[in-house]
Amino acid sequence: MHHLTGPMMQKDEIIRKINQLLIAEIEIEETQIHPAADLKKDLGIDSLDFVDLFVIVENNFGFKMKAEEMTEVKTLQDFYDYITHRINPN
Amino acid sequence: MYRVVITGMGIYSVIGKNLTEVKDSLYQGRSGIVFDPVRKEMGFRSALTGYLERPQLKGILDRRMRIGLPVQGEYAYLSTVEALNTAGIDQHYLDAHEVGILFGNDSSAVPVVESVDILRQKKDTMMIGSGYIFQSMNSTVSMNLSVIFRLKGVNFTLSGACASGSHALGIGYLLIRQGLQEMIICGGAQEINAESTASFDALNAFSIRESEPEKASRPFDRDRDGLVPSGGAATLILEEYESALKRGATIYGEIIGYGFSSNGEHISLPNVDGPVRAMQKALKDGDLRPEAIDYINAHATSTPAGDSNEATAIDQVFGQSKPLVSSTKSMTGHEMWMGGASEVIYSTLMMHHGFIAPNINLEHPDEITSKLNLVTRTKSTGFNTFLSNSFGFGGTNSSLIVRKI
Repeated sequence: MHHLTGPMMQKDEIIRKINQLLIAEIEIEETQIHPAADLKKDLGIDSLDFVDLFVIVENNFGFKMKAEEMTEVKTLQDFYDYITHRINPN
Repeated sequence: MYRVVITGMGIYSVIGKNLTEVKDSLYQGRSGIVFDPVRKEMGFRSALTGYLERPQLKGILDRRMRIGLPVQGEYAYLSTVEALNTAGIDQHYLDAHEVGILFGNDSSAVPVVESVDILRQKKDTMMIGSGYIFQSMNSTVSMNLSVIFRLKGVNFTLSGACASGSHALGIGYLLIRQGLQEMIICGGAQEINAESTASFDALNAFSIRESEPEKASRPFDRDRDGLVPSGGAATLILEEYESALKRGATIYGEIIGYGFSSNGEHISLPNVDGPVRAMQKALKDGDLRPEAIDYINAHATSTPAGDSNEATAIDQVFGQSKPLVSSTKSMTGHEMWMGGASEVIYSTLMMHHGFIAPNINLEHPDEITSKLNLVTRTKSTGFNTFLSNSFGFGGTNSSLIVRKI
C-alpha cells in the first residue's frame, strides 16, 4: 500500500487526499465536500462508514485512528485537522 | 384457507439472465456448463462449473447497499427486480404494504475466507471493514434485500441444503395460505466460486467429464458420473389469490401442494423412502391423485445413486400414470440452494409457453431410470400441473406442486 505520510506532507496535500478518498471510497458527491460539512448530517457518514474510514486511513496514511478521539470529530474540517495532527503532531 | 399464486418471476442463471433468455435456453436445450482452469490450478478434482458473470451494480445501488452483498446477493437483487417488475410491484406498493421475504441460501464462503485472510495478515479486526459481516451470514440475501426494498413483512432465510429454495417457497406458501401474509418475495440464491465448492469437490461427487463440459451433467443417463456445481438466483412473488385478482396481476400458476420429509438415515447418501413420502405428502396436501401430475421436474443431479433412487421413488408413486419427467439440471448443473426456486420458475415457464425442456445428454437410460417417461427432446405440449422435487444433504426433501389457473 502506498502511504502519503512523512514530515513533508503539507496540510493542503492531506486535505486533497482526504477529499479524493471520500469521493472514491465512500462515494461522497464532490459537490457536498465543504470544510463546514457535518460528517453525519451533511455527508451521511454513519457508524458503519466510520468503520470503513478506519481501514481507509490506515491503508492510505499508515496509522490507526482511535475511536475515542473521533468523538470530537464532527465536521470535515475537524477530520482534516485530526488527520493532519496525527501525521504532523507538532 | 387462502389460495396462493405466483404473480412474478425473475431469474439470473447460467442459462440466461432473464426470463426470456432462460425460456429460449430451455427450449433449445442449451447448457451453461464450462471448464474453469482456476479450479484445476487450485487442486480441484473437477474444474467443471456453471458460469455466470458477476453483476455490476455500481450506479444502480448505492455503496452501503452494495458492500453488504456477496455475489449471490447480487444475483438475487437482479432476479428480484425482474420478479417485482413482472408482478407489477413498485417501491410505492412495497412501502404501503406488509410484504415479506423468504430466501433459501446455505453458504457464503468467499466473504468468510476474505475477512479471515485480512485478519491473519493485519492481525487487527478493525481492518476487516464494515461489509463482510453482512456478506458472510447465511441470511445475507434476505437481510440485504429486505433493506434495499424496505420490506416490512416476514424476513428470514431457510438453510435446507440443496432443498433450501424449495423449502423457502413451501414455507411462504404455508404463511400465505394461513392468512399470515398477503405477499412474500421467495427464492433461492447460490454463490458460484471455487471457495464454496472445494469441500464438496472433496467428496468425489462431481462429474470429471472435463473434456466435454456441456455433456457432463447427464441426469438419468447410464454413463452419468456426478453432478456439476452451479448457481445464480431465482425469485418468485407469492401472493394471496384475491389480492392478485384485485391488482389485476398476471397469474403464472397456483401452488397447491407442499410435501416435506427427512430420510433419517445417511448424511449424504439419498434413499427412496424419504422422497416417496415428500411426494405423497405434496399430493395429499393438494388433495390430488398421482394422475393429476402431468410433468415432474426431477431433482436428479446426475449422480449415480441419487438419480437411481429418485427414479425408483417416482416410479413407486407415479408408476401407474407415468407423467413426463426431465431434469433441467442437465442444462444448468446443480444450482443447489437456488435450485428448488429456479426449477419452479423453469417449469412454470414451460407450462406458460406450452413445452417441456429436454433432459439433455440422456442417451442411454439405465435399467432403473428407463422406468420413467423421460423427455429427451424438446416436447411441445400443453400441461396443467407439475411437481418439482428438491433433496439435500441430511436427507431433507421437498416437493412442490404448481398448477395453471
